[in-house]
Amino acid sequence: MGERGLLRYLPVLPALLLLLVFLAGPVFWAFQASFTNTGLTGRNARNPEWVGLENYQRLLLDPVFPLSLGLTVLFVAGSAVLGQNLLGLALAVLMRRARRAVSSLVGTAVVAAWVLPEIVAAFAAYAYFSRDGTLNQLLGGLGMTQPDWLYSWPMAAVVLANVWRGTAFSMLVYRAALNDIPVEVAEAAQMDGAGGWQRLAFITLPMIRGSIATNLMLITLQTLAVFTLVWVMTAGGPANASTTLPVLAYQEAFKFGDIGYGTAVASVLLLIGAVFGVGYIRLLREGKR
Amino acid sequence: MRRPALKSMSLIASALFILTACTPASPEDSSKTLKVVYQKTDSFTALETMFQAAKQEFEAANQGVTVELQPIQGNDDDYGTKLALALRSPSTAPDIFYEDTFKVRSDVDAGYLLKLDSHLEGWADWEKFDDGAKAAGRADDGGTYAVPLGTDTRAIWYNKKVFEAAGISLPWEPRNWQDILDTARKIKADNPSVIPFNMYAGKGTGEGTVMQGFYELLYGTGSTLYDEESKKWVVGSAGFKDSLGFLETLYDEGLAVTPAEALDANVWKKVFGEWFPTGKLGATVEGSYAPSFWQEGGSYEWPGYAQDMAVAAFPTQDGGSPGAVSMSGGWTLAIGAGTKEPDLAFKFLNSALNRDNSLKFTLESSQIAVRSDVAEDSGYQAANPFVKDVSGLVSVTRYRPATSDYPRISAAVQEATEAVITGAKSPEQAAADYDAAVVEIVGGDKTVRK
Repeated sequence: MGERGLLRYLPVLPALLLLLVFLAGPVFWAFQASFTNTGLTGRNARNPEWVGLENYQRLLLDPVFPLSLGLTVLFVAGSAVLGQNLLGLALAVLMRRARRAVSSLVGTAVVAAWVLPEIVAAFAAYAYFSRDGTLNQLLGGLGMTQPDWLYSWPMAAVVLANVWRGTAFSMLVYRAALNDIPVEVAEAAQMDGAGGWQRLAFITLPMIRGSIATNLMLITLQTLAVFTLVWVMTAGGPANASTTLPVLAYQEAFKFGDIGYGTAVASVLLLIGAVFGVGYIRLLREGKR
Repeated sequence: MRRPALKSMSLIASALFILTACTPASPEDSSKTLKVVYQKTDSFTALETMFQAAKQEFEAANQGVTVELQPIQGNDDDYGTKLALALRSPSTAPDIFYEDTFKVRSDVDAGYLLKLDSHLEGWADWEKFDDGAKAAGRADDGGTYAVPLGTDTRAIWYNKKVFEAAGISLPWEPRNWQDILDTARKIKADNPSVIPFNMYAGKGTGEGTVMQGFYELLYGTGSTLYDEESKKWVVGSAGFKDSLGFLETLYDEGLAVTPAEALDANVWKKVFGEWFPTGKLGATVEGSYAPSFWQEGGSYEWPGYAQDMAVAAFPTQDGGSPGAVSMSGGWTLAIGAGTKEPDLAFKFLNSALNRDNSLKFTLESSQIAVRSDVAEDSGYQAANPFVKDVSGLVSVTRYRPATSDYPRISAAVQEATEAVITGAKSPEQAAADYDAAVVEIVGGDKTVRK
């Protein structure tokens, strides 16, 4: 590569530096801190020591960890892969057929949840699901039992809240993808006698395969990192029944002041995200072939 | 033409980037600034008032000095986290800050606080401070690192109307735990829609669970959390199990709030703002600061509280000496170890805590006075009808063993109470799990069976 070749990369340099400083830096710091006993206060705040794999050993023995891992999988599978993804696709498909007024009304309603800042959305969801909240008042009006959602069904509540908040993203991705399908293809299939479901399964879905993989990757990674929503709604309770990995990491690092252990949890989360990311990228490549 | 343009643009871009990255580290200008960090919430503005007054006085008296007030909005837990994060780095550490007494020792261990002994020698007002309260700012090395703002005690607050309706003779003075249960059952039998006797439990209410609940029980059993003599944590104590057993009875029989309500971090707002004023709650264990919520200007103004409410000391398990239990905490002002202006910072602390400011703060937040000249003030004694009752509890009060291990131990206690009130574990199991947790936190050689 000559001088000219190297210079070609110069414009990328600022972005690369930014990524290194603000993304790779913290990741590296967290990874390194997870091998120490760094504390938020106390003697370990001043003189943290290298403890090797001790934090990870503790993690394996901690009964909360497998629970938290399971809840995280449940949260991602329930709210992202199934909820946001399928609902977003269904909305996108239906909106193509609906009248313009209906489709713009529905679109606005769905996007409204997404436009809200996360903390506001979280408070709205809390107000909706709480003991004297909107949902229970509706149920009460219909004469039905009013369970304490955040206490009896905390995971169901946070999964539903995250579906509500995140569906707009999938819907927008799929609407864009569906608009790219040439009308002729659908018309040709219709001429050949394909019904609605058949067209969806054999024409539409294969043609937007790339968008599906991209969307799945993005919402999986976003949902893995959801913290505010869960923290505001249940704070991981009751009795750890909704402690996903980000909540666990926060509790350990900041509530108990054990930054070393908290960053170990965060590192595991990072690893899971990386595995998912690599998986989806491979899927994308196969889709292109 | 195209390439050089691209080249220069990218050069400018990277130069800009480097420049902006440097800006925060640029040297400060010559005028001096003191950064003050404290807590402020919708229901707690007494400190804001105090610092605003102190800022005005101080800036007028010291030309060229700017006092920068940085209130943090949040509950006690969130405030503590945010402060600790700010203290970690010298560039964000405040010069003066509001510090919980129970964090003083571990923050001294972390090297966050400035030792004040040499400054205090020259401060005439220091001898007016109560000796017990002074101890709250002292660290393991005997030095003083924080100046107390006020202290508090804990007692049973009960609604006289609810008690009268259930036919309980007043004033109510429970002698032991059984008295509490008997009274609570009587109230429930009389009116099932009333919550007879609430005690906080679970992780939702955080330190409130242990300070206004579990420790009143534990320290009344003759047991303790931490053995001060051997400097070891107590495990396997019968008192711990009995205390959990008492909570189990309260929650199982529906004498307290439902477990779901107890785990809501906002339950205390309902206690003060809704249940007491509307006569839906018989009694609860709460701090001496309770009237601050009800008095004029408080967040849950309730003109009738002086007539309707009364205070009783929390009894020991079987009425044994000293007959009553109370816990004390309180907050202090401290100076950051890394401050560039220690003398100025101390001067500001002096003016923030002078007699007038202290008196106003003590009245507004219903604190128990730590300065003798404030305690003698007629305004303080007449502030609310309960000052005498709650101040009297200072004679039996206890402080938390606030070592650097304490926050995790406290969390383990909260977890034990949560497991018991939700029915997830029996008191025996929960106590055994607590013992295991303590051994893991501090190591087996730092525990003692008692």
